[in-house]
Amino acid sequence: MATKTIEQVESHFEMFQILNENGEVVNKDAMPDLSDEQLQEIMHRMVYTRIWDQRAISLNRQGRLGFYAPVAGQEASMIGSHYALEKEDWILPGYRDVPQVVWHGLPLYQAFLYSRGHFHGGQIPEGVNILPPQIIIGAQIVQAAGVALGLKRRHKDNVAITYTGDGGASQGDFYEGMNFAGAYEAPAIFVVQNNQFAISVPVEEQSAAKTIAQKAVAAGIHGVQVDGMDILAMYSVTETARKNALNGEPTLIESVCYRYGPHTMAGDDPTRYRTEELDNEWEKKDPLIRFRKFLEDKDLWNEEKENEVVDQAKADIKEAIKQADDTPKQKASDLIEIMYEKLPQNLQEQLEEYREKESK
Amino acid sequence: MQSSAVNSSNNKETTRSITFAEAVREALSQEMREDQDVFILGEDIGVYGGAFGVTRGMIEEFGPERVRNTPISEAAITGAAIGSALTGMKPVVELQFSDFITIAMDQLVNQAAKLRYMYGGKGNVPMVLRTPSGSGTGAAAQHSQSLEAWVAHVPGLKVVQPSTASDAKGLLKAAIADPNPVIFYEHKLLYKTQEHVPEEAYTIPLGEADVKREGTDVTIVATAVMVHKALEAAEKLAEEGIDVEVIDPRTLVPLDEKTIVDSVKKTGRVIVVHEAVKRGGYGGEIASMIAESEAFDYLDAPVRRLGALPIPVPYNPALEKAMVPQMDDIMQAARDSVHRR
Ligand SMILES: Cc1ncc(C[n+]2csc(CCOP(=O)(O)OP(=O)(O)O)c2C)c(N)n1
Ligand SMILES: [Mg+2]
Repeated sequence: MATKTIEQVESHFEMFQILNENGEVVNKDAMPDLSDEQLQEIMHRMVYTRIWDQRAISLNRQGRLGFYAPVAGQEASMIGSHYALEKEDWILPGYRDVPQVVWHGLPLYQAFLYSRGHFHGGQIPEGVNILPPQIIIGAQIVQAAGVALGLKRRHKDNVAITYTGDGGASQGDFYEGMNFAGAYEAPAIFVVQNNQFAISVPVEEQSAAKTIAQKAVAAGIHGVQVDGMDILAMYSVTETARKNALNGEPTLIESVCYRYGPHTMAGDDPTRYRTEELDNEWEKKDPLIRFRKFLEDKDLWNEEKENEVVDQAKADIKEAIKQADDTPKQKASDLIEIMYEKLPQNLQEQLEEYREKESK
Repeated sequence: MQSSAVNSSNNKETTRSITFAEAVREALSQEMREDQDVFILGEDIGVYGGAFGVTRGMIEEFGPERVRNTPISEAAITGAAIGSALTGMKPVVELQFSDFITIAMDQLVNQAAKLRYMYGGKGNVPMVLRTPSGSGTGAAAQHSQSLEAWVAHVPGLKVVQPSTASDAKGLLKAAIADPNPVIFYEHKLLYKTQEHVPEEAYTIPLGEADVKREGTDVTIVATAVMVHKALEAAEKLAEEGIDVEVIDPRTLVPLDEKTIVDSVKKTGRVIVVHEAVKRGGYGGEIASMIAESEAFDYLDAPVRRLGALPIPVPYNPALEKAMVPQMDDIMQAARDSVHRR
């Protein structure tokens, strides 16, 4: 009996796809309603993000950038899900989800400052509805339920979307956050980017569940597994999830994808836990290659357009790094000052002591 | 009080220079070879060897049943360890960064610490939770804290904080053998430090401080990396004619009060140094213990404490350093203490 139930549940979680590996439409009915300009904008963002990822990696190696978690391979997953959002929607990212928050409005130089651990990187501009990337795995998921609840209470037509990884889906906070949002009919979307590994641990070791999407069932919310290398599919499921969320029905989206690079730039060597064959297998599914093919067939993309984006990305990054470099260095007194709205007496004394030291 | 094994084995055949990380691995491996009930569990401890390489090579020797790569779930890792410990297993958890102890806190505080007591002394929780702590590696606010005072506050838990490779090896063996839950802190900056460590297994009992340097003018009680900073400060202060005694409690719970009190009675001056934030840090406990003891009458200067500023650990390396006591701060505190009339 029990085995049968699991099989029945699992049979509902087939991977949703629109564009196959060769850039062919395999699910015409599901084609999202996007204009040619929008399709081009999506491609622009993916190419831009890939270049930025490469630059960030090399800047990190030169010591000009700090903490960085590479994103190549996950562009469709990140940008497709983000593209379905409205400007006023809230994003609660994990440490890898920097592209989404930058495309949502966080200036690139601030993303770089965040990477360098400069507090200005965390000072989110007014009107950019994001939280800083979360480092503690799972914490953002329960907070997303709270943000969604706040949006509902204030009668906003907006949603909260949060991102974690396949490893993050093992955390208690993951179940609790989904359950909470479900219980309160809060406008929330939970995205798990299943990039197959949590640092060195393969997803098969993370859980006995065949899909992560099916974990939605226990929380009583929608669950869908999607090809995370297919940007149209990613966009489409998020668009639907957004509509449902506004109706008080949260969704768990499992995006099946891959990270090409190391876990972070802090000394991870993926060859210790992944084979080259596996890397190659996934690179064949590359989100940029298949979407480029799709657009080229429609005469919406060519080398010239591609080069324009590459040049623009490089120029923007150069400028953003300069702006980050030009930001005043943070001082010990700054750190004391940002601790409380109004400093307690003893911190006030320490602040003065440090200001005195720094003025010399 | 010295660990006899360390000091008696200058013999080249039984000791060789290994790192702190290797010493921890050696202790784990020796216990696992000796006792089938000992097993380890934690995030990425398999082929990856853990975030700091401590368990590297162990899955190859002991297999995936005894070297358990876990899902990312600190509450479950700790709770499962407790459950297995109640059935007589001897789990050793590796909690990837000690900051994540927050997620395991109910299991540690309301469960592991209480079970023996609530079972009328009949339930044992022979688990160890090893975890890297401390700043200095550029790991920022949520991967660099020293929260040992939190667990030291809870009756039922034991807390170990070794400063050297040979201490780590002997203390870990004692921790695994202990029928109570033990939190075992490994400072990240110590992992690569090297010294001679005996090859054979040996125990350093929990609750015995170590006099790392003998002196007559001022006592410095220091933990983890601060032991090394205190020793460096002591060398320099010797040139100024100040003779420093450095004591490493090695375990916070149980605390070897006698060794500390005896030292303070001898020197009449004491400085307590740790890397944790000074406010609410364990240094307050040590300082009060001294003030309440018979050493009080021998004090020629107020007890001083050095600890970190009350701010999150900055990512910026210069600020990260500025936050915690440095050798110069220790030297100045010692001078202030000694020159006080
Ligand atoms: C509570 C907590 N536990 C452990 C870690 C250490 N850690 C950082 S990333 C990571 C793996 C996460 O994998 P996954 O959720 O799959 O996300 P991915 O990095 O693959 O995007 C681990 C264990 C952490 N940051 N927070
Ligand atoms: Mg992952």
